[in-house]
Amino acid sequence: MYIIIVGGGRVGYYLARALLDEGHEVLIVEKNAAFCDTINEEMGSVCVRGDGCEAATLDDIGTGRADMLVAVTGDDEDNLVACQVAKYKFNVPRTIARIRNPQNEAIFKKLGVDVTVSTTNIILEAIEKEVPTHPLTHLLTLSDKGLEIVEIRIPPESKSIGKLVKEIPRPEGSKLALIIPKDRKPRMPAPSTILREGDQIIALTTPELETELRAALTGT
Amino acid sequence: MKIVIMGCGRVGAQLAGLLDTDGHEVTILDTDAYSFRRLAPTFGGTALIGNGVDEAALRRAGIEGADVFVALTQGDNRNVMAAQIAKHIFNVPRVICRIYDPLRQELYDTLGIEAFSPTTIFAQLIKEKIES
Repeated sequence: MYIIIVGGGRVGYYLARALLDEGHEVLIVEKNAAFCDTINEEMGSVCVRGDGCEAATLDDIGTGRADMLVAVTGDDEDNLVACQVAKYKFNVPRTIARIRNPQNEAIFKKLGVDVTVSTTNIILEAIEKEVPTHPLTHLLTLSDKGLEIVEIRIPPESKSIGKLVKEIPRPEGSKLALIIPKDRKPRMPAPSTILREGDQIIALTTPELETELRAALTGT
Repeated sequence: MKIVIMGCGRVGAQLAGLLDTDGHEVTILDTDAYSFRRLAPTFGGTALIGNGVDEAALRRAGIEGADVFVALTQGDNRNVMAAQIAKHIFNVPRVICRIYDPLRQELYDTLGIEAFSPTTIFAQLIKEKIES
């Protein structure tokens, strides 16, 4: 694949390395001359000096035949514009933007960027997974379908302990998919399955029902 | 009209003053409080510190009830992003945006943002002056 990377900082540098190793055709666009020189000395001629948000620059490097454009500069607004110019002027099939402000995720999607990567959110998710007391962890969000897969751990004082699955007042539209007890094998929940302290539950729900589901399973 | 201006440079400050004098309700945003020195002492609108590409800052500036949003910072991309947030997220009826780069201005014009390139306008103006 021909992949254009906008931004030759640390992220762009290591990304280019990895993609070249995988055998892709890679070109970095970077404004800073010194960064360009370093990259070209170390990786061969893979970096062009220029502004990746400018249509003229993108035209020069053959963006029209690119399969993907990845914008990884440190500024959200620059990444947005690079992706939009690629998408709307050169019809690049896939655009990916790095974002700093997690709120920009929804905005970028709405404005035509295919994929956003938020370092802030990634670290936040890692923290959620690492902190065992956190009662609900997002595993996967299918944003265009309005669904999410979450992990819920039954805390010691929860009123759902000792109850049957069918007795738990779960919100309509959310489903318990799997129960992973502390020291036994995972199993599919049946209506007569009894919940125990420390059970790990994988459930399918929607963002709106998340709070209700959490309250039903972990409430005291 | 309720007007939110992002960027209190020379143009932003002057525009804010003119609109304020005409009786409009003006809020001007800038990331640097020092920029507000450009506002006339008689300016009766609101000056707010904040980044116009941040949804929360735009909300604080009252974007939700605004009739017009104008993006006038030095950064083309910042203007373009803020203008699109105003138009597509907050549904501001009229959004005007300065884009120095003529090619980018053309593109965003076709994407429905009312964009002006001072580069093109000024070059054309001077050319006409010389040739007339």
